[in-house]
Parts: sequence; C-alpha cells; structure tokens
Amino acid sequence: MKMLINVAETVVADALRGMAAAHPELVVDAENRVIVRRDAPVADKVALVSGGGSGHEPLHGGFVGPGMLDAACPGEVFTSPVPDQMVRAAAAVDSGKGVLFVVKNYTGDVLNFQMAAELAEDEGIQVASVLVNDDVAVNDSTFTAGRRGTGATLFVEKIAGAAAEEGMPLERVEALARQVVESSRSFGVALSACSTPAKGSPTFDLPAGELELGVGIHGEPGRERRAMMTSHEIADVAVDAVLEDLDPRLPVLVLVNGMGATPLLELYGFNAEVRRVLDERGVAVARTLVGNYVTSLDMAGASVTLCQVDGELLRLWDAPVETPGLRWGR
Amino acid sequence: MSETALDAAFFVRWMTAAAAAVDREAERLTELDSAIGDADHGTNMQRGFAAVVKALTEGEAPATPGAVLTAAGRQLISSVGGAAGPLYGTLLRRAGKALGDAAQVSAEELRAGLSAGVDAVGQLGGSAPGDKTMLDALVPGVAALETSFEAAAAAAGDGAVATVPLQARKGRASYLGERSIGHEDPGAASSALLLAALAEVAA
Repeated sequence: MKMLINVAETVVADALRGMAAAHPELVVDAENRVIVRRDAPVADKVALVSGGGSGHEPLHGGFVGPGMLDAACPGEVFTSPVPDQMVRAAAAVDSGKGVLFVVKNYTGDVLNFQMAAELAEDEGIQVASVLVNDDVAVNDSTFTAGRRGTGATLFVEKIAGAAAEEGMPLERVEALARQVVESSRSFGVALSACSTPAKGSPTFDLPAGELELGVGIHGEPGRERRAMMTSHEIADVAVDAVLEDLDPRLPVLVLVNGMGATPLLELYGFNAEVRRVLDERGVAVARTLVGNYVTSLDMAGASVTLCQVDGELLRLWDAPVETPGLRWGR
Repeated sequence: MSETALDAAFFVRWMTAAAAAVDREAERLTELDSAIGDADHGTNMQRGFAAVVKALTEGEAPATPGAVLTAAGRQLISSVGGAAGPLYGTLLRRAGKALGDAAQVSAEELRAGLSAGVDAVGQLGGSAPGDKTMLDALVPGVAALETSFEAAAAAAGDGAVATVPLQARKGRASYLGERSIGHEDPGAASSALLLAALAEVAA
C-alpha cells in the first residue's frame, strides 16, 4: 500500500504539525497531542473536549473552534488517547464552568476518559461525560461491548457545542448531548478495508465482488458480507436498519458520511438514494450533510446517520460554527 | 511455591524481560489483532513497555517491588492508549499497591498482589474468564503461581490458546460476533508473554 507519509511512527505528529501550519486559529500542542481553540478558555462557557484514535479526520481535531469543541485529543491511529492528554486539554479550556467529555463507545476511549475524568476532578475541574453509541449494526447487549459510536459524534459535538456557546450550564449542555445520542442512529457499509500506516496492508480481506454491511470506523470487519450491491440497494438496507430504531414521525438531520476513499460523486449519488428511501417511508428531512466527516483512513464506503430533531435541536444545529471541518453562519 | 525473596531489582528485570518479549512478538500480536481487532496491539504494547523500561532504568529506579510495578503501570496508562493501556496499567498498579512498601516480597505475596491486580482488571473491563480477553490467560496463570513460575507461564500460555474457539464478548472483537471464533485473543497472548517473562527472570 502506497501512502503519503515518512514513517509510520511519526504519522500523527507530522499531521499535527501540518494542521498547525494550516490553522493559526488553533493552538496545536504536537508534543502533548492536544488541539485547542486559540481563544480558550472562553469566559463563562462550558468547555467541550473530545478525542479518540487518529485516522478519522476531520474528527476530532477538525471540529475544534467556536460553536463546537474547545479541545481535542488525538490518539495513535485507531487507538484512544491517554488520560494525560485529556486532563491537559480539560485544564487548558476550563473557564470554571465545567467540561463535557464527548466519548465514543469503544472500550479504550471509555476507560481512558473515565480515568481522565477522575484525575481532572482531583484538580478541581467539574467534568461530565456523554457516551455516543449510535451504531445499529451492533447489538446493544451483554454479548458485545455495546453499540459503537460513529457518525452521531458529529451531531453531538455540533449541537452541544452550540448550546455551550450560548452560555447554557453544564447540566443543560450534557442533557442536550444525551438527547442527541438517544435520537441518533447509524449504519455503515465498507466497499474496501482500510490500511493502517503501522501495518501497511488492508486490515481485513474483502474480495473485489463483495461488501461488508454494518462496518465500524476502525477497519474492523462488519457483521455480514454480501455480494456487491447497487447504491439503491445499499440505501434500502442502511436506512431501514437505522429507522427500525427511530420514531418515523419526527424530522431528521441526515449525515451521509464517506469513510475516506469514496468520492463525493458517489456520496451525493448515495444521498439521492437515502432521500428516496426516507421519502418512501414518510420521514421528513430537516437538514442534510454529505461529505467525509468521520472517516476510517482509506476505507471505501459510507455510513448513514439520522438524528431526530425538535425545534431546539434544529436551532442549535443551525447555529454558527467555525472549525476546520465544519463551518457555516458566521 | 518456593520462598524466594524478590526485590526491586528482580521486578525491574521482569519488566525489562517483558519489554523484550513484547518486542520479539510484536508482529505476531499485531497479526492476531488484525484478525479480530484493528491491528495495533503489538505496536501499542511495544510503545508502552519501551516507556516502562525507560522510566525504570533512566534516573533513579524505584526502591521497592511495589514501587516498580506502580511506576510501570503508570507508564503504561500514559503511553499505550486504547483499552490495553488502562487494563495493563491497572493490573500492575493495583498489584504494586497490594505489595505495599516492603523491600522484598515472597513469591506468595507476589501471587496475592497479582491476583488483586487481575481482580481490578476484571472490574474495570466488566469482564470475566470466558469472554475472550486478557483474563483468560491471567486468571489461570496467576492461580498456577501457587505451584511455580514455570507452571504460571505454561497455564497462561494454555489459557491464551484456549481463547481460540471462544466468541468474544468484550472489546472490539465482540463486534464480530461468531466471526471472532477461531482466532486467539491478542490481549490473552500478550498476558501470557508477561507471565512467561516472569518465569524467565525467575529461572
């Protein structure tokens, strides 16, 4: 696998140096691996901190800025960051109003953020955490680690970020974040496996004529393999899987998310099919976002995330945001 | 089990041997992880144990067995990331705390300390033997310490191999459901290395 890198060991550090060069509005601490909005801590504002393995760009560093995250902690590729990074981030952005950790449901992220929350509280920082677990491909049962956190992370960070920007207190920001989690579901499809820099070859073997249904964002195989399908057929499977868990009477935010190696031409085509299925099922679409937002290195494929919204969530979604990966309204 | 007295230097040798074993086997660990996880367990453990050795050998080494394990655990938490960092870090930190500040410990005290560490891992991960995790090597391995270090290494190794037919219920491998069957758990494999390194330095 050819990659535009120097050596695998410095991939994350090199990316952070490049990010710093491109975004003077962020403070990128490459040594400690913390990305902070330059005006942090923002007085009288609840701070949002998230993080996770690298390889999902623009998640999370690309969502740092006014209206979204105050700081992000990138880990090694597909490996959660360590508590030291999270504590450092929390200390850098806390204005005294408390910090909300946005955590995706992966064992590593959960354990490290849990340790970080304890350490931060020892330092007198008030911390609340919200766990994102939107992936319907995983049974939420005692037989797995629970549903994975995927595309809904973007909805949570955007909506809770807007709430914090408006000056809402920590418990209200946390409650809204939880509401977004409970109102969001996702389903992903892989057309190819990704290759991590450390391994240099595809993380699972997917023959040319097949696809993986219910795939996550870490290059892990999905739940089921089938012969390649059309965009029309994939949209039927994905949207129906997501809707099974949602109330069809409420309008939704739609995220058609690319996994990293699928061009926008295909993603827009897929979105047309997603909209067709939603129309057929009588689900109203409030807003749609199409692009590569929660990626999985060079994996080809896409995920669909729907978030049911009421008036307040939609207003917060529409609120201004100014980050490297998402910006509007300012 | 013999009443060999184990001092801080012994524990530093153990951690150094563990780092060497992880180095040697990094590729195999990553290969196992690519079958049912995300293909980085070897790299992550290598990075963590390299940090452990650096911390223990550069500057003043901790003076007691408990302090060595506590320092090693803290390094793993600060450098590994993922689930392995907190889990291995907790194993060693909790064991280190259980050993207290004695200058030397007996083999039986080491077994009791590691047993406390293993319990803490189960609590943190919410897992039990049979879930296809580290515990499937650690639980039988630490129990066999009652017999000898060699027996512990062998039992942990057998425990790791015995994860092959299991279906994963914890961690990223759990998302594979039945497709996790037929692969050795990488965490159990690295846990077996840790106890093999203990037997190696005790020999």
